[in-house]
Amino acid sequence: MISYVIKRLLWAIPTLLGVSILVFSMIHLAPGDPALLMLGEHANKESVDALREQMGLNKPLLEQYYLFVSNAVQGDFGISTLSGEPVIDEFLERFPATVELSIVALIFAIIIGLFAGIISAVKRYSLFDYVSMTTALAGVSMPVFWLGLMLIYFFSIELGWLPVSGRLGYEFDIDKVTGFYLIDSILMKDYEAFWNACKHLVLPALALGTIPMAIIARMTRASMIEVMKEDYVRTAKAKGCTQGQVILIHALKNALMPVITVIGLMVGTLFAGAILTETTFSWPGIGKWLINAVNQRDFPIIQSTTLIIATIFIVINLIVDLLYAVINPKIRLN
Amino acid sequence: MGSKALEFYKQFKKNKTALVGAYVVVFLIICAIFAPILTQYDPLIQNLDNRLIPPFWSKGGSFTHILGTDDFGRDMLTRVLYGARISLTIGIISVSISLSFGVIMGAVAGYFGGLTDLIIMRVVDIMLSIPAILLAIVIVSILGADLFNAMIAIGIVGIPTFARIVRSSVLAEKNKEYVIASRVNGSSDFRLIVFVVLPNCTTPVIVQATMWFASAVLEAAGLSFLGLGAQPPTPEWGAMLADSLQFITTAYWMIIFPGIAIFLTVIGFNLVGDGLMDVLDPKLKEK
Amino acid sequence: MLLEVNNLLTCFYSDKDINRAVDSVSFGIPEGKTVCVVGESGSGKSITALSIMGLIEKPGKVVNGEIIFEGVDLLKENQNYMRSIRGDKIAMIFQEPMTSLNPSYTIGYQLDEVLRLHQKDLNKKERYDKVIEGLELVAMPFVQEKYSEYPFKLSGGQRQRVMIAMAMMCEPRLLIADEPTTALDVTIQAQVLDLMRELQKKRGTSILFITHDLGVVAQMADEVVVMYRGHVVEKASVKELFTNPKHPYTKALLNSIPRPGKITRKSKLETVDENVDYLQFTKKSCKI
Repeated sequence: MISYVIKRLLWAIPTLLGVSILVFSMIHLAPGDPALLMLGEHANKESVDALREQMGLNKPLLEQYYLFVSNAVQGDFGISTLSGEPVIDEFLERFPATVELSIVALIFAIIIGLFAGIISAVKRYSLFDYVSMTTALAGVSMPVFWLGLMLIYFFSIELGWLPVSGRLGYEFDIDKVTGFYLIDSILMKDYEAFWNACKHLVLPALALGTIPMAIIARMTRASMIEVMKEDYVRTAKAKGCTQGQVILIHALKNALMPVITVIGLMVGTLFAGAILTETTFSWPGIGKWLINAVNQRDFPIIQSTTLIIATIFIVINLIVDLLYAVINPKIRLN
Repeated sequence: MGSKALEFYKQFKKNKTALVGAYVVVFLIICAIFAPILTQYDPLIQNLDNRLIPPFWSKGGSFTHILGTDDFGRDMLTRVLYGARISLTIGIISVSISLSFGVIMGAVAGYFGGLTDLIIMRVVDIMLSIPAILLAIVIVSILGADLFNAMIAIGIVGIPTFARIVRSSVLAEKNKEYVIASRVNGSSDFRLIVFVVLPNCTTPVIVQATMWFASAVLEAAGLSFLGLGAQPPTPEWGAMLADSLQFITTAYWMIIFPGIAIFLTVIGFNLVGDGLMDVLDPKLKEK
Repeated sequence: MLLEVNNLLTCFYSDKDINRAVDSVSFGIPEGKTVCVVGESGSGKSITALSIMGLIEKPGKVVNGEIIFEGVDLLKENQNYMRSIRGDKIAMIFQEPMTSLNPSYTIGYQLDEVLRLHQKDLNKKERYDKVIEGLELVAMPFVQEKYSEYPFKLSGGQRQRVMIAMAMMCEPRLLIADEPTTALDVTIQAQVLDLMRELQKKRGTSILFITHDLGVVAQMADEVVVMYRGHVVEKASVKELFTNPKHPYTKALLNSIPRPGKITRKSKLETVDENVDYLQFTKKSCKI
């Protein structure tokens, strides 16, 4: 088990290095002078030189890369050319919003996806199976940003049940402790703010969670159907287990293994989908900030965001692999 | 060969969902090709007198603009129809990019193995460790935001998937007797890869190309929605949706139709891909 | 009679037709005896066993007949009653020991589960002792270690011992064994058969033994039921069957056993002729 962990850890390092090289070379791959690109064609010579100096663009490439990586490891991702603020500060200010949205969306996707998948597998060819699998099929092909717009149109505008955009009503003020409004509002014992934050979260989380939910539902169903055919399921029935025990104790644990891998792979996709969802719902996370940076060619922001998200993605996949090993005795014990 | 194609057609026809997908795809192609015949309007010319006319079933709508008009008085149906041209072009170009580079990389990695394989697959791993749309955004930010660059970006994003698939099928094929026999007969590596091994790896590649076509359309629409792909006034569906955001309270028809168009395209190609997988290689589905 | 099967009809439904997998099957199992059901694959042996267990699932259905166990017709009882009997009074072991144990749980957990289901008055310690005792009974080596082992660490023979221990855990009145030795090596096969006979002697369990192997029948059976295409074609005591088979199918089956000395290089092994419908020789033949 320990050697397996070490092996997986070592395997991640070259990938991370590769990502850092890719991200670093972004500026240099862009056609034209990077400093000029960032400042616009009409910038005067002094400010272009100053930016070059500040970003170390005059130094040899290898030294630039070394500086880039060693600064990044210490959490220094440079200074935003637009705002003049350190990139990492701006990132950390917005990141909790994205994480909160993604986590809620994922929880929603896992709960509904597993539930629908299990019932569909057990009650195969039933009306429930038919309806939920058709929905799931539509769900995987759904453009999230459009789904978001439709949700806003129906639930916020036509029905007026939920807020159109943003993260919290203007009348509320929450101290940022964790940056997660759901947690912070409870810490403040401001339950009205909590409820308001919940209402703001529903639609974006629903939109963002739809594709993962559909994938999980389809995977779970397929996996459960396979497992229900296994001999050990028949053994469980022959033992006198109830249907519930057969499904939840004997089938589900084995059926979940491939589903867990898929959930791990989806976390990265989820962050990416968050960029689109945030734009639709004016959610104040890193999505809008990043898109703005791309339009303004604020490279430090693009680089840092890409590097951080890729790192998180790699780490989460590592965790999922290890988790997989923990529940699968064959890997754990060999 | 003819009987093989017939057999394939018969099998495919049995798969009802795949058949529905195929109808959708054919319908889209017809829309794209015959857009100028199907509608009398121009997708770009503005007519500010006819701004924000609702579709015919809504109050104030009429059959002159069946699906209504947008904020510049352009006919919605016309723009959605012309959008099919753009989306299909996006699909064709980006899939061609992913396919050609992916197949070359995968074939070389799988065939030669060793260090070549290690390096190529590391690059593939690195590309896959960045979520697809983020990687596309990064590439667009390097190249600049316009429709053509978005196609290139999406094309590049698809390379690793194809490379992996081709590599694994080449690995499965390369030690089979017919390849060894051909090598013994003195075929060059190039000949072996291109004429002997690759033709036997087409099935998963065709399936993947169909599926990736759907993803390419979806991602291009996403990029355009973010303002990083097609720019207004191009009648690209994602760009049209971005435009509709500010009219969400007043003009629902501007949101609904481009979205349905994207959804239909994506689901159509996905269904066809699923069907191809069932017919061409049932084992593939089990993975 | 501990168990009586009367006129059992189990069908499998598909879009096109109805397959009468078990048709008008009747036989009985006396207390403490072993009844072997023989027949080739697809003859309905396993379906008969699963019908008794109440484990026939869609698209299959028990359509007609009686299965009387301890005086109660099981086909008239509900699922809850069947569940309380399964693993308790009637237990079953299967052909594939490699896949019949759940790979995600330890041996101990899976044995313990039977007791948790059927002997709710036992506490944890008592259950543990009973599981250990059960494993010792099937001559499992290193019982304590095996308790916390996962199935993939065990050999096929050991897994079948675990399955037998699991089946015997609640001291069932009837043990249904569906080709329990087919997947095992010949030497292990003999050990497992010995073990089953020994347990039967100790506990007085009746056994319904399903097999296609007439050698196994000769070793195990008190009485034999020969099945062919869903029908019972002959019922006899083991001695009678081997000395004086009545039905042509049984004769064909017996003649297909290779015997030393009987075969010369020139003579061919006789086989059951697939083109002959042996059912035509059955007196009260009830064709579909």
